[in-house]
Amino acid sequence: MLEKVSRQKLVVIGNGMAGIRTVETLLERAPDLYDITVFGSEPYGNYNRILLSPVLSGEKSVDDIMLNTEQWYDDNGITLRKGETIVMIDRRTCEVVTATGARVAYDRLLIATGSNPIMLPLPGKDLPGVIGFRDIQDVERMVEASTSHPNAVVIGGGLLGLEAANGLMKRGMNVTVVHLLDCLMERQLDPVASGMLRKSLEERGMVFKMPAQTQAILGEDRVTGVRFADGVELPADLVVMAVGIRPNIELAQKAGIHCERGIVVSDTMQTYDGRIYAVGECVQHRRQTYGLVAPLFDQAKVCANQLAMKGFASYSGSVVSTKLKVTGIDLFSAGDFAPGADKEEVVMQDAARGVYKRIVLRDKKIVGAVLYGDTVDGPWYFQHLRDGTDISQMRERLVFGAANLGDGGHAGQNSVAAMGDEAEICGCNGVCKGTIVKAIAEKKLFTIDDVRAHTKASSSCGSCTGLVEQVLAFTLGGDYSTAPKVKPMCKCTDHSHDDARRVIVEQQLKTIPDVMKFMDWKTANGCHSCRPALNYYLLATWPGEYRDDQQSRYINERVHANIQKDGTYSVVPRMWGGVTTPNELRAIADVADKFKIPTVKVTGGQRIDLLGVKKEDLPAVWADLNDAGMVSGHAYAKGLRTVKTCVGSEWCRFGTQDSTGLGIKIERFMWGSWAPAKVKMAVSGCPRNCAESTCKDVGVICVDSGYEIHFAGAAGLHIKGTEFLAKVATEEETLELIAALTQLYREQGWYLERMYKWCDRVGLDAIRKQVVDDLTNRKALYDRFVYSQQFSQSDPWAERAQRGVDRNEFAPMAELELA
Amino acid sequence: MTRWIEIGALDQIPRLGARVVRTASGNIAVFRTEDDEVFALDDRCPHKGGPLSQGIVHNKRVTCPLHNFVIELANGEAVAPDEGCAHSYPAKVENGTVWLSVREAVTASVD
Ligand code: SRM
Ligand SMILES: Cc1cc2nc3c(=O)[nH]c(=O)nc-3n(C[C@H](O)[C@H](O)[C@H](O)COP(=O)(O)OP(=O)(O)OC[C@H]3O[C@@H](n4cnc5c(N)ncnc54)[C@H](O)[C@@H]3O)c2cc1C
Ligand code: SF4
Ligand code: FES
Repeated sequence: MLEKVSRQKLVVIGNGMAGIRTVETLLERAPDLYDITVFGSEPYGNYNRILLSPVLSGEKSVDDIMLNTEQWYDDNGITLRKGETIVMIDRRTCEVVTATGARVAYDRLLIATGSNPIMLPLPGKDLPGVIGFRDIQDVERMVEASTSHPNAVVIGGGLLGLEAANGLMKRGMNVTVVHLLDCLMERQLDPVASGMLRKSLEERGMVFKMPAQTQAILGEDRVTGVRFADGVELPADLVVMAVGIRPNIELAQKAGIHCERGIVVSDTMQTYDGRIYAVGECVQHRRQTYGLVAPLFDQAKVCANQLAMKGFASYSGSVVSTKLKVTGIDLFSAGDFAPGADKEEVVMQDAARGVYKRIVLRDKKIVGAVLYGDTVDGPWYFQHLRDGTDISQMRERLVFGAANLGDGGHAGQNSVAAMGDEAEICGCNGVCKGTIVKAIAEKKLFTIDDVRAHTKASSSCGSCTGLVEQVLAFTLGGDYSTAPKVKPMCKCTDHSHDDARRVIVEQQLKTIPDVMKFMDWKTANGCHSCRPALNYYLLATWPGEYRDDQQSRYINERVHANIQKDGTYSVVPRMWGGVTTPNELRAIADVADKFKIPTVKVTGGQRIDLLGVKKEDLPAVWADLNDAGMVSGHAYAKGLRTVKTCVGSEWCRFGTQDSTGLGIKIERFMWGSWAPAKVKMAVSGCPRNCAESTCKDVGVICVDSGYEIHFAGAAGLHIKGTEFLAKVATEEETLELIAALTQLYREQGWYLERMYKWCDRVGLDAIRKQVVDDLTNRKALYDRFVYSQQFSQSDPWAERAQRGVDRNEFAPMAELELA
Repeated sequence: MTRWIEIGALDQIPRLGARVVRTASGNIAVFRTEDDEVFALDDRCPHKGGPLSQGIVHNKRVTCPLHNFVIELANGEAVAPDEGCAHSYPAKVENGTVWLSVREAVTASVD
């Protein structure tokens, strides 16, 4: 038991959502670091407070909303002291003191005491029958009142008040909602949406008295009514106060920890006393307090990372979104939608359908959204809001939502809500809507990863991800908004691609195991999705220094050929700028004959594909192609693929510049460079654009006076025309600008994120600033590109065919003869 | 009767990688984990016959290169929710040499 003694002691005050989420995450990261004791005033394990509303309305039971049973605390060696309240923190001796006087020592303390409902200081506020709406006990009291009394008054027309009123109404009470202002949920809704909400609640039987100021609560030994400032009196057997919450900071304040509205914490979730952390509704971070779980979960993650002594995560605040959990009413709100001179609004209102959407923009970005009646696009707007996406390209269609933005093959469909069960959502795997909805309901799926694993929808090309997310959102309703803010790289980690890229640089990490160890990977060697990503990040960050890990490469990049459905491979030699010679063609023909290659095909990339080559023949096939001067076309690479060209000024009567020659120069300069995803380029000799430059990752259009450079186009899963980057005068400048652009993408892109997606994410202007406006920066990027090229321009085919690299890869280990 | 057949040195297989052993009835994939355990499976994915030997090995699993089924090396079972099973063979390492047990095999030529 020696080691047990040497463990540090972590004491948690508050057995609620933020505190326990922190403990759960801490256990994943550092299961053996602490002896943990949790104090909770409430006499239960940890439960999902959000779902008290459906419990009140009778749609769920208390058992349904339990998150961690007492067994869970036992199994994880946590001492749970439920029903015990801490009354003092003694910072001098590092102890907490319970209501019965017991003292428990801590090395680290976590305060997660949540908040308390604000009880207006009215005469009669202490009468039996006057309650807040915060915990299981409150719900039990409300349910009890509803069985024996007819009339309820809810004070407060915010989210909580309306959910309470709806629940009590479902329990058969006559409910009047009293609100100080003339606009319901004024913090989340604008007056139009608020009016629509009021109307549909009235249709269900809810009564409103607003604007109205409550003056007194009436009654002798139990509440009997409420009196207002205008003299009106209403009968009431139950009064629910839902006028707001106040961070529960009393303990911290008494202990001399700096508090303002909440307990003030830094970006590492530490209070002014470095041993004491705080998370949840009780904290104030960068002047902000929160009353929704999504931000608290973000805080919990950071706090757990700090408690695990990893110390690289930090919290920088959250943007929140809200959904009202009243069955049958669809309402979504996020961000800042107050009118302002610097803001613009896009509004759509269809009174007949009961649909209203208001998207608030500032600087080409979404800063707020209010949706009523049709909220399936809520998560989609919210994602763009948090990502700070530049939406100028989709502005006209923005208000119609994700489904109308021309995702390949899905354009024209309005919203998943309107689709029939048999509508196909995932074209690659043939999965229809009904199958997904059924899997979500039956298998209790919550995340897009779950849906991928169980149905295969969105697991291949991913173009239907947005649609699947919509199906999830509308099938799960309110629960979906608790999805984490940053998307983790994969199931092996909670960290995002950005986190990994940043930590690799900051911590100077140089191997995949080091990254995984430092960032607490949850699996032993990652998986097929994170290992190739990390391998790329290391390669791009430490050119010349990092040793490429072959076993973390997808097979195509490991053997420098594309695997086919029958396990054979295809071989695509480079044809610089799409130009070939009789000699090359003869060599290709000879190779095809010699190795009995079944198919010889002209590709969409202006070169020739030899399909159906046996793996063991690859080195010999390459040797023959090498002899004729040909090298790998990297048709498999997350890197430069092809540079398509047209004939240009050398032959064409319209050609303005030597597009063929420039294409060849670009390809010879840039081949071999690894990138987050494939990179395709093209050079057209005039604006007739025969090389299709305007749907490539980078496209050049020659004009009389120079070269127009375009980028961020694509024509695969998603069809997207390029963005104009700049016009330059010379071939040299063209090369410099393209190399600098590619380098910026190499340094910022997430693995498998094509250039157009990267551009969407970081913004066109940000990219222009760095490679067009800031010439010093452009030059520095260009130099880094050139530096890294010296390590990558060695033909992988020659290495294997002539120098015996990876010889083992291509030969069987042994041959067994069977009897 | 099970007979153990020597198929070569452990260091002929890359860590977190695989090699194939050729037989008249198809290839057998021999995998090596990070801590030098070896496992052998038919080199055919239960989904559509993809060559498992060409996949990415992680922990005691391999991801098929064709459509990402994840297969348990120990018994060839596809990881849920996918379904299917690749035939597995006993395999072991002794003093740096890899042994495979294939019931009908009589002779082996090792290179
Ligand atoms: C061979 C070729 C088709 C042909 O016979 O013409 C081809 C074949 C494949 N394409 Fe392609 N694509 C080929 C040109 C294209 C083009 C046209 C072009 O490059 O001008 C496009 C649309 C342009 C674009 O990329 O924006 C194209 C968009 C895709 C996509 C969608 C990419 C996207 O981000 O939207 C994929 C899927 C992927 O990469 O995830 C893909 C994937 C594939 C894969 C690698 C599928 C796979 O994972 O096995 C195919 C490999 C077959 C092989 O072994 O050669 N291929 N593919 C073309 C080879 C061009 C070359 O010379 O290298
Ligand atoms: C009815 C209702 C509906 C809601 N709906 C939503 C929603 O739809 N979406 C959303 O995001 N959020 C919703 N919320 C808000 C969400 O539940 C809270 O933001 C979240 O629970 C706060 O977590 P916390 O850990 O900070 O506090 P809590 O979950 O309140 O946990 C604090 C715990 O600490 C205990 N405690 C306090 N002081 C002491 C002490 N001195 N000693 C021991 N224990 C102590 C308390 O008893 C409590 O159990 C809702 C809240 C309510 C009440
Ligand atoms: S070559 Fe491209 S379009 Fe054709 S089947 Fe393969 S991936 Fe699909
Ligand atoms: S063949 Fe293996 S996943 Fe399809």
